[in-house]
Amino acid sequence: MMQHLAFLPILLPMLAGVILLMSPFSKTKKHRRVTSVVFSIVTFLVSLALLLKVQADGTQVYAIGDWSAPFGIVLVADPLSILLVCLTTFLGAVCVLYASAGDDEKGSFFHPLIHFLVLGVNGAFLTGDAFNLFVFFEVLLIASYSLLMHGGDKKNTRAALHYVIMNLVGSAVFLIALGILYGVLGTLNMADMAQKVALLQGDDVYLAKIGGLLLLVVFALKGALLPLHLWLPNTYATAMPVVAALFAIMTKVGVYSMMRVYTLIFGEQAGQLSHMAQSWLWWLGLATIVMGTIGVLASKDLRKLTANLVIVSVGTLVALVAVQTIESSAAAIYYLVHSTLVTAALFILAGLIGGQRGETADRITAGPPMLQPRLLGICFLVAGVAVIGMPPLSGFIAKVWLLKTTLNLEFTMVFWPLYLLASLAILVSVSKAGSTVFWHQQGQVIDNAEQKRVHPAQFAALIMLTASAPLLSLFAGPLSEYAIGAATQLHDVNNNINLILSGGK
Amino acid sequence: MELLYASCVGVLVACGVFLILRARTFPVVLGLTMFSYAVNLFLFSAGRLSLNKAAVLGYSAEYADPLPQALVLTAIVIGFAMTAFVVILAIRGRADLGSDHVDGRVVDEVNDKVNNDRDDEIQKGNV
Repeated sequence: MMQHLAFLPILLPMLAGVILLMSPFSKTKKHRRVTSVVFSIVTFLVSLALLLKVQADGTQVYAIGDWSAPFGIVLVADPLSILLVCLTTFLGAVCVLYASAGDDEKGSFFHPLIHFLVLGVNGAFLTGDAFNLFVFFEVLLIASYSLLMHGGDKKNTRAALHYVIMNLVGSAVFLIALGILYGVLGTLNMADMAQKVALLQGDDVYLAKIGGLLLLVVFALKGALLPLHLWLPNTYATAMPVVAALFAIMTKVGVYSMMRVYTLIFGEQAGQLSHMAQSWLWWLGLATIVMGTIGVLASKDLRKLTANLVIVSVGTLVALVAVQTIESSAAAIYYLVHSTLVTAALFILAGLIGGQRGETADRITAGPPMLQPRLLGICFLVAGVAVIGMPPLSGFIAKVWLLKTTLNLEFTMVFWPLYLLASLAILVSVSKAGSTVFWHQQGQVIDNAEQKRVHPAQFAALIMLTASAPLLSLFAGPLSEYAIGAATQLHDVNNNINLILSGGK
Repeated sequence: MELLYASCVGVLVACGVFLILRARTFPVVLGLTMFSYAVNLFLFSAGRLSLNKAAVLGYSAEYADPLPQALVLTAIVIGFAMTAFVVILAIRGRADLGSDHVDGRVVDEVNDKVNNDRDDEIQKGNV
């Protein structure tokens, strides 16, 4: 059983999704909710067990069907991927819990779809095979298409149409890139590709470069990097808050894939192609921060504000990935965990605040007072302080760390002022949004406010996400050590290649 | 054979991209389908084009690369499911937005005002 542990974060959500479609478990609301919550918690615990095992025994390489690499597909659970799997399953469990308060009944098949989405995201994090990465991308995308439409109105259909068409084109480009790379390298196992890339000569180098840069286009689309970020604000702002909260991890899948591909395959050992995407990533990352900040300043409602904050976080992460040092990757890992949890908390808060303000919804204007201003206000304050990056919460630590790792670069004089100005703009917009929503009130509490009172399940989910900001800063020591360990292993390319190709022995 | 094959892929991609850039859902769906055909052909050719070679060891003197064939099979299945989804979504979009324009807007000048009003209504969430 223990040697199959690396496969369970993929198997369990799949099992949960299938079981939730079958009779005794799908019969009533209660059955569905209990089964779904239990399965998501079990998946989270299993991921934690795998994390402990990886910490104790080192990277786990699991050959599916016992077909050894590079011929079969391998799953690679190294410290980085398993940390992200834990983050995904945690977020999945929180979202399932939150939705069990009533959001899951606004459409059909909510619970199975959530589990299929978690399956796809976990698979994308764990796989060591480029084509398998494509397959898991499709799994998570088709689940996300349906979740996006869940309980949606007409505005939602338009955003979904754009999102689906963009991603279908993206998938086609992904396949072209894989075709080129396979044609040149003759393998799809990422470790094997990394070995073969260094041996390329003549025209093949250019072909591989085209393939690698096409992959960059695909990951930029999934990760919402400028200029392919335009789908994100509308999509995230029209999805249900709980779905948007779970989507917070999806842009990170794109960033993670960039980290993998441009460190492992086109990293330092890649001969003529080493670091080929670095300058692209750096400047696109900076441009994305600028665009995201402009979006934040222009946002008229809380959900759009948060969606633009997601874009800023993607830009920051991509700029860090481009730096390609162990310290910058470690800072990126810490920032990734922090930004995912905090933006998820903000999406959920935007939904709750909107619910209690009736017709004003989550627009940043004066509106009727909320039923529970204290609870929502304190949570918003915590999440807001964290996302701005003010002391003492996790955002501050992440920001100091990433500024420190970019101190001695060629372009520090560009990055620092730009990033700090962006932070200032975010500070202004988030505090303006908070003070307007909570302090500028007019009229009475809305009529059906009692129905919109925060449900205990929603409360638990909200606290779990909001508390992550102080907890991440309280346990910043062990977590940053873990991040440095994970980054060290990520950059130890030769060791990784040997480990994967020898089956983890 | 290579020339024929390559130009076939090229023409399909060109038609697909042209149709995707049309702003109506039906041409977009057709364009996506053509694009994915082209991609499948392209992926197949990643294993090199060859005649009279079996993809199984021992059936011919030289063998063809079986992996791209398996990849294409996977890509076809996934592409089929995605096309089915986008067709249904396009129909729903036609019903919900009142037009088959991808932005839910008719470019027709006469209807411009009507549709802009409708757009505003949709923005407000009244429709």
